[in-house]
Amino acid sequence: MAQTIGIHGEPDVRPAGLRGVAADFSSDQRAFKTASWGKAMMWIFLLSDTFVFGCFLIAYMTARMSTPVPWPNPSEVFALHIGGQDVPLILIAIMTFVLISSSGTMAMAVNFGYRRDRRTTAILMLLTAVLGACFVGMQAFEWTKLITEGVRPWENPWGAAQFGSTFFMITGFHGTHVTIGVIFLLIVARKVWRGDFDQERRGFFTSRKGRYEAVEIMGLYWHFVDLVWVFIFAFFYLW
Amino acid sequence: MSETTAHAQSQTVHAQAHTGQQHPIRLYLLVWGLLFVLSAASYMVDYLGVQSYLRWTLILLFMMLKAGLIVAVFMHMAWERLALVYAILLPPLLVLVFVALMVSEADYTIFTRLAFFGAGP
Repeated sequence: MAQTIGIHGEPDVRPAGLRGVAADFSSDQRAFKTASWGKAMMWIFLLSDTFVFGCFLIAYMTARMSTPVPWPNPSEVFALHIGGQDVPLILIAIMTFVLISSSGTMAMAVNFGYRRDRRTTAILMLLTAVLGACFVGMQAFEWTKLITEGVRPWENPWGAAQFGSTFFMITGFHGTHVTIGVIFLLIVARKVWRGDFDQERRGFFTSRKGRYEAVEIMGLYWHFVDLVWVFIFAFFYLW
Repeated sequence: MSETTAHAQSQTVHAQAHTGQQHPIRLYLLVWGLLFVLSAASYMVDYLGVQSYLRWTLILLFMMLKAGLIVAVFMHMAWERLALVYAILLPPLLVLVFVALMVSEADYTIFTRLAFFGAGP
């Protein structure tokens, strides 16, 4: 988008590329010309969250690289016994597909939100929340299974003790994010369903009028949760 | 690229009608499908027991492709102005510096552990 709407309503033609970056940051106004403050703040929050998860994954890397004890094989640890044989990593694969599907339904919800189709938007958001809750449920099952098998933050039956601590910390923090996302989804879905964004009803906490952009900002958070899972899946489960 | 520009123009024209990101549903379905295929591919890396450098290369490749698709299309980064893109996507690169620091630190730790305690704990 090369154009934004200027102060007096006429189109404000802004330069593109690197010249545009310099112009936007030096404009003595808001730097993010096409993103509202709500969206920009969500992005900045997500950036800070990126560093949190980055630190966790780096801690995991450091623990795994510096221990002389062999690391447990995730492929075997997370295998499920189905139909008389062990299928490696199958639960994690199903969780991955569930989370990606929830991201897909969320993207559709944002799309229908901007079309002001509030029924479809709310249904898609509820579907996203259900898939998110399924994910948390499967994670609870996985934790229960590992705990009954003797995995603790300080020991486990298969190898390096740090396996348990990093596993519980990383998946626990991610699961918390998913849980908060589900609650957040239900709140925004209720607002959409009730027509708050069509009637410009004021929010109970901020007393500001909401817009359908709230669905997109909610979506940013939800996609971020999926994004973090992509990295956890690659580094913790597959590596 | 020209498609993107044309799209950006049509978006500006409709800016009054829809204030926000408006893209064809087909694009989202395509990305959704691609994410499924890439996830299945990274699962197959483990299922088929690919090992060593090929395994790590494939894992990283599928991971970066998935992350790129999610950020660019689902999170609409492809349509934001470059100022926001740089402000959000460049700082995480510093994490790589931290990774480099901790790799050298971990190498030193394992070296001292092996030197002082032998192969076992």
